Amino acid sequence: MPHDHHDHEHDHSHEGLSPSGHPYRADNDTDLSYWQAMEIALRELLIEKGHLTAAQIHAQINAMDSRSPANGARVVARAWVDPEFKAALLADAGAASRAMGFDIGPMHLIALENTKEVHNVVVCTLCSCYPRNLLGLPPDWYKSRAYRSRTVIEPRKVLSEFGLELPEQMQVRVHDSTADMRYIVLPAQPEASLGLTEEELAAWVTRDSMIGVGLPQAPQ
Amino acid sequence: MARPHESAHQIPLAARPYPHAGLSTRQKIGQIERRIGLFNNPEETAYRQTGPQRELVRVRFRMADIWGARAERGEDVIEAEIYAHWLEPV
Amino acid sequence: MTEFFGKRWHDMGGDPAGPITPEEHDFALWEKRVDALMVLTSAAGLMTTDSLRRVLEDMGADAYETMTYYERWIASIAQNMVEAGAVTTEELGAKMAEVRARGATYGAAS
Repeated sequence: MPHDHHDHEHDHSHEGLSPSGHPYRADNDTDLSYWQAMEIALRELLIEKGHLTAAQIHAQINAMDSRSPANGARVVARAWVDPEFKAALLADAGAASRAMGFDIGPMHLIALENTKEVHNVVVCTLCSCYPRNLLGLPPDWYKSRAYRSRTVIEPRKVLSEFGLELPEQMQVRVHDSTADMRYIVLPAQPEASLGLTEEELAAWVTRDSMIGVGLPQAPQ
Repeated sequence: MARPHESAHQIPLAARPYPHAGLSTRQKIGQIERRIGLFNNPEETAYRQTGPQRELVRVRFRMADIWGARAERGEDVIEAEIYAHWLEPV
Repeated sequence: MTEFFGKRWHDMGGDPAGPITPEEHDFALWEKRVDALMVLTSAAGLMTTDSLRRVLEDMGADAYETMTYYERWIASIAQNMVEAGAVTTEELGAKMAEVRARGATYGAAS
């Protein structure tokens, strides 16, 4: 069963540990593949021709590295403690995220509220669209053939494979990111977390709960 | 902004060079969940062209209407973004 | 012209498929560079998300099965750059040969 991540403390360097806490692969020592050669060649050509600079590439990598589920978790935690912010988030999730200080670029974001009656789950059946400018890059399984094909037709079975069983009387809404919108699920706040501070609550919000394949849970 | 009870029926996408709506929602009847606004037409941006922007709409489909007997639970729904010019009213 | 009601390979919703395997990997530096190239060339107006996708889709189902995600992306970005007139196929080929001549590892060739 796929496992979820509580986000670790963030490391902005490219050496040492990655933002998820795993060591980077020693790529510099691997045999150069055809496609890696293409990446080096294309990047150098575009720089030589003045379309890009090395500094821009470095800055963009750093910007993407700074985006992680921890950012989304903070947005969710704020919505749990602040009803006005929650209303603003549901009305315009992009504006609300930017108001919290997150640089999400031109991304159009919609927040989907889980309730006692409704459970939301997000997929991109046609490719791999994901709210990356808030949550960082998507996990491989999200981009897999199995997730893309099965979630729109048997979401409850897919969710049960992730360990989430939903009552029959709840409605499941599957959101297919087919165009310009990106989606983040606003999970329901667990009863056991009531009374915690916003900062404590952020640690309960998992990446998978913001995709809709899991629920928030107490930090390990 | 949303007109939730307006039904929408997708036209066949045969002639379109870049039908980025999934086949499962074609020829199916759904309801407009919300109107999102104007965006660049992916049929053009796929080829780096820019023409007039087109209206984008979120459409809600019942699983029963999409999958029939294969549906896991008929009253569950799929919501997808579809360009308004790929839809026609029922 | 006959009407086409079939679907292309990338339209996977509802297709039969096996279990979802918990694959996650941390992105290699070269993959992050590919991702950055897509974002920056799009911001520069040389390609779009939709043109990235269109080329990916035209690469067909075999590419999806045999190439990794970012391998397909660099192939798509390269084709997009040729279409945009930013590079020529000849230039890219020549540069790739030069890169590969530098050494046998990613580090040596960088």
